[in-house]
Amino acid sequence: MKRLTSDFRDALAVAFFALLVFGPFLGQHLDTDENYQLYLHPTPGLLAIAVAICFAGRLLMLQWHNFRPATPVHVTNAMAKSGKFIAPALLVFAVVMPFLPGVPNAYIDLGVLIMTYMMLGWGLNIVVGLAGLLDLGYVAFYAVGAYSFGLLATNFGLGFWECLPLAGILAAAWGIFLGFPVLRLRGDYLAIVTLAFGEIIRLVITNWSSLTGGPNGITQIPHPTLFGLKFSMAGGPGTFAGFFGITPHPYQRTMFLYFIILGLALLTNWVTLRLRKQPLGRAWEALREDEIACRSLGINVRNTKLTAFAIGAMFGGFAGCFFATRDGFISPDSFTFIESATVLAIVVLGGSGSQLGVVLASCVMIGVPAMLQSLQIYRMLIFGLALVVIMVVRPRGFISTRQPTVSLGKAKAIGADLIAEGRG
Amino acid sequence: MAYALQQLINGLTLGMIYGLIAVGYTMVYGIIGMINFAHGDVFMIGAYIGIIVITALAGVTSVPLGLVAAFLVAMVFCGIYGFTIERVAYRPLRGSFRLAPLISAIGMSILLENYVQTSQGALVRAIPNLIPGGITLMQEDGFVVQLSWMQLAIVVVTLTVLGSFTYLVTKTPLGRAMRAVEQDAKMAALLGIDTNRTISTTFIIGSALAAVAGVMFLLYYGVVDFYIGFNAGIKAFTAAVLGGIGSLPGAVLGGLLIGLIEAFWSGYATVAYKDAAVYSILAIVLMFMPSGLLGRHEVEKV
Repeated sequence: MKRLTSDFRDALAVAFFALLVFGPFLGQHLDTDENYQLYLHPTPGLLAIAVAICFAGRLLMLQWHNFRPATPVHVTNAMAKSGKFIAPALLVFAVVMPFLPGVPNAYIDLGVLIMTYMMLGWGLNIVVGLAGLLDLGYVAFYAVGAYSFGLLATNFGLGFWECLPLAGILAAAWGIFLGFPVLRLRGDYLAIVTLAFGEIIRLVITNWSSLTGGPNGITQIPHPTLFGLKFSMAGGPGTFAGFFGITPHPYQRTMFLYFIILGLALLTNWVTLRLRKQPLGRAWEALREDEIACRSLGINVRNTKLTAFAIGAMFGGFAGCFFATRDGFISPDSFTFIESATVLAIVVLGGSGSQLGVVLASCVMIGVPAMLQSLQIYRMLIFGLALVVIMVVRPRGFISTRQPTVSLGKAKAIGADLIAEGRG
Repeated sequence: MAYALQQLINGLTLGMIYGLIAVGYTMVYGIIGMINFAHGDVFMIGAYIGIIVITALAGVTSVPLGLVAAFLVAMVFCGIYGFTIERVAYRPLRGSFRLAPLISAIGMSILLENYVQTSQGALVRAIPNLIPGGITLMQEDGFVVQLSWMQLAIVVVTLTVLGSFTYLVTKTPLGRAMRAVEQDAKMAALLGIDTNRTISTTFIIGSALAAVAGVMFLLYYGVVDFYIGFNAGIKAFTAAVLGGIGSLPGAVLGGLLIGLIEAFWSGYATVAYKDAAVYSILAIVLMFMPSGLLGRHEVEKV
């Protein structure tokens, strides 16, 4: 009973703060009358609802804390065991999903979107999760990839498959170019400079109208072909449908895009997993754990950091190239800071350094908001709230165990808090 | 010459606003070592509360009294916002790994922006110039150098606020506690300083400064919308890093520099690339001085 009273008092305090916090914005609406004069239009009902929600929410939260049962050991054990099967199961699901009967086209489209972010997440994971370098401007490389393809395609008539490696190479070159000045920077200095580079690239794209089309972007970027076969609704010879003698359907192209991005994402994952077993990947992780120790052991810190930037950027470039060909249209609006933040959020929410975590996080962060399409105006509100809540509940991300790259004897999963996060 | 003088005046005014926001960034960074990404949005909240108070008091009181009220109310409410944000989004993550509060702060920033957008609408709200007029400093080849009362007011208010803030940090027990927690939180706690309360106070003070900047921004430009916080926040963060994050004079210096770079770049080169110029200069300065202009060089213990 005593506890209930104190809980009640606590909830009242929260409600009081909610009243103060929400008062100015939910308690009234700033509006203009017919003479364009501002006036305030009080909305006490809205404020009362918000305060009541906070009061009730706090009370329920405290009760939950008081009575929450501990997770039984066999449940956590079972979860740890099932972890091994999640990745293959997801892979099988990803391959089979488009062929399942009754899956609407929109779902495959959503899958394409989720996997684009998954690929970006895996690419950024190399820089942030493995090498421990905090990059807030990853979208710059995404933009470089997209614009290199857009410009090469519209100016020189190159197709997707020729441009894909070129976009990757160009993005990697930019990764090295932008990586050089920041080699000495650490922590938040590195973060702000990468953010600044991301903004500079976006500003240049926006303002260099004669080359990039400015805010209007580039239109009519060609769609990818399957060994020269186009996916066109017209049918006829030279198109996918015509060659195989089937009726053209938009669904075929979506499916084709789906498998391209699935392949690209898996390539990113495979390269990362392979590199982790090789000297370069181990050097990245060593760098993250302790830069000075790394240097003392004769690891070339400069080259190690630059390769991390370059390889991370390359995958960002591939993803950008795919993004351009998927939509057939790119504009600077697609490469704002919020994209960098989303990708970084995917990496951190998944559990920095965890490949599977990126998959889960991109499904949650991209899939769920897409499902909330009907709540259009509240979508970003919920997104922001979700970031805060997930971080507070699981500061180490969804996957909080790591498989050490090197181990003496049998490899065993360890807690993520044993992994350093790097200071670069 | 006259043109340059005018740009100098404009740049200093803008720099003062950036400096005030940057102080909030640098304080929070100094005390808990995190980038408070939501700080720019607290600035936006301050500007919004300013316009609400000015609208509510329009015609009720005289303009100067209304402005004082706008500043005070915005400071109080932003203080509450700062306190709440720290309590809800950052305190549970204290001592956790570095990226967690960063993501939480980015989430908070998105949340605040959309909260204001959904509750107040996405339209730009405008107010008339409340401090019209000014003095003509000089005239040269038909170019008039104007120092408006508004600019003078901004400079005076900023200097007053920064003056009292410096007094607070250097001379009062609270300021001593803040500096102690900044140097070594654990040791400060052992010596009887309530670190949680000190950190909360830091957030409240930083947010109140952002509120002052927000109201001044509103008065200077006359417009406010839910998105102003992002750009101002990034610029102020740039200012804090340029000056050396964690250093209070550095934040003001960085803010002034960025204001000047922006004004002169817009005046002599292209307006379109003014932000790019700011970021490029930041990158170049940090290449040669990796801990900013006035930042302490980090000594690494092995």
